Amino acid sequence: MKYWDEKHECMSREQMRALQSERLIETVKRVYEHQAPYRKKMDEIGLKPEDIKSVDDLTKLPFTVKQDLRDNYPYGLFAVNMDDIVRIHASSGTTGKQTVVGYTQNDLDMWADMVARVFTAAGADKKSIFQIAYGYGLFTGGLGAHYGAEKIGAAVVPISVGNTSRQVRTLVDFGVTHIACTPSYVIYLAETLKEMGIKKEELKLKYGIFGAEPWSDEMRKKIEDELGITAIDIYGLSEIVGPGVSFSCEENNGLHINEDNFIPEIINPETGEPMPEGELGELVFTTITKEGLPLIRYRTRDICSLSYEKCACGRTLARMSKPCGRSDDMLIIRGVNVFPSQIESVLLEMGNTSPHYLLIVDRKGALDTLEIQVELSEESFASDEIKYVEKLGAEIKKQVESTLGIAAKITLVEPKSIERSAGKAVRVIDKRKI
Amino acid sequence: MFVKQISVFVENKPGRLAKVTKILAENNINIRALSIADTTDFGILRLIVDAPEKAQISLKDAGLIVRTTHVLAIAVDDIAGALAAALDIIDKNGISVEYMYAYLGNLPDKAMVVLKVDNPETATEKLRGTSVNVLEAEDVYKI
Repeated sequence: MKYWDEKHECMSREQMRALQSERLIETVKRVYEHQAPYRKKMDEIGLKPEDIKSVDDLTKLPFTVKQDLRDNYPYGLFAVNMDDIVRIHASSGTTGKQTVVGYTQNDLDMWADMVARVFTAAGADKKSIFQIAYGYGLFTGGLGAHYGAEKIGAAVVPISVGNTSRQVRTLVDFGVTHIACTPSYVIYLAETLKEMGIKKEELKLKYGIFGAEPWSDEMRKKIEDELGITAIDIYGLSEIVGPGVSFSCEENNGLHINEDNFIPEIINPETGEPMPEGELGELVFTTITKEGLPLIRYRTRDICSLSYEKCACGRTLARMSKPCGRSDDMLIIRGVNVFPSQIESVLLEMGNTSPHYLLIVDRKGALDTLEIQVELSEESFASDEIKYVEKLGAEIKKQVESTLGIAAKITLVEPKSIERSAGKAVRVIDKRKI
Repeated sequence: MFVKQISVFVENKPGRLAKVTKILAENNINIRALSIADTTDFGILRLIVDAPEKAQISLKDAGLIVRTTHVLAIAVDDIAGALAAALDIIDKNGISVEYMYAYLGNLPDKAMVVLKVDNPETATEKLRGTSVNVLEAEDVYKI
């Protein structure tokens, strides 16, 4: 099977626009009625749902940003009663507050359907055996991939993350044909296979579906060579639905956006104005089928470009280029979203350290490393005993790790040793060559 | 009264100790004793100087993190077993030593030991009347 849903994946541009218009009009009405904070935004500029007659009117609508989710934490933007919410996911936010997303049963069905499209593009069918090595839990990666694979009738091994030697055994012994995980983790798995003396010929693995963190074409080639597989890119963000918003095909020529559910736009991140086709800007999505948490013109902060040309694979869905940066300061470290300001709030909350810090992100082998330098302050040097200062470092480490959800090395440094440029401290040094 | 020890937080990287000693030199401060406790990433430099207040201010002005800690200084005979005997008394008096370091100083036939204890007041009290020779701060800065 080449497509999961040929009708929607290959429909003409005219048909797609008509479908999007119809769904957009309905969504705006629903959001206006049930999402009070967005209704307020529309009222402020005197926009009525009737003013939206087709996708051409999309740009009249105000943006939704991550802060809106935080301001209305946890359920303020849900557009249905809690009776109809059947799943809640959450991702770490910038200030300790999580970004909470809710799904109705229809949302979950749609989501699984989107992931099924991705996996079908990755050559999967009911004969396939999937190893889902994304984290299961609040993170959308694990369960998102899980239900997509079940939807196409594949056999699913819900192994989640970690325990690499067991992952390798499973990969070999279970005859796994498809693996879904972060690109850096699969590189780590490939290295472990090599160390264990297992050759790629011993694997049944044919495809890998990788996402949740930035990765380069060089990484793709490395993964494909070392494992003898085809690597497919999956993109998504929990606010929109999770993984499955867009995906690459074997042509490896951009990521097909599931446009019948998510209308993409590219805007100038400074002005908010739409950018011409093919030019780089910030990616914005409007969900047009989602019930639990519909979002209009949600700013993803990912920088990429769009193309509406038909792909050689036959799909007519708009394609986005691989995101090449962010319009904010978010970092993705080991698949986890990290905002430098999270560190700041931890330090301020602890009260006895200076809020001067520097994140040093690097990649050792296949895995990202995070070192956080924190300037020691006069107040925090309350005892000149080593064990006291070490305890302080351990306490920062504990707080930071519980806030970020990933391990970090904490280095205490002297005051003013972190460079300040033009009054503003440099918060991040990213040494990774992606 | 108690001996004022200057403790400085220093990163474990080249040139840091030189920076501290240079500041002291520029301010004409004489180091009487020093010790450093180090870890992989940082160290704490502990100094006994002839002018502790001046040292604290000048190091602080240079942007360093400085802390003044009260320590005890004792003098023991410069012979084998003298420190063991003194520490035995300290131990028997229930005084817990956090850290210590020794230096020779220039009292004839004596060696000096700097001790960081839990509570210097009660420790001094307890050692009074024992054979442990607790030195006066002013004497320590000079000798």
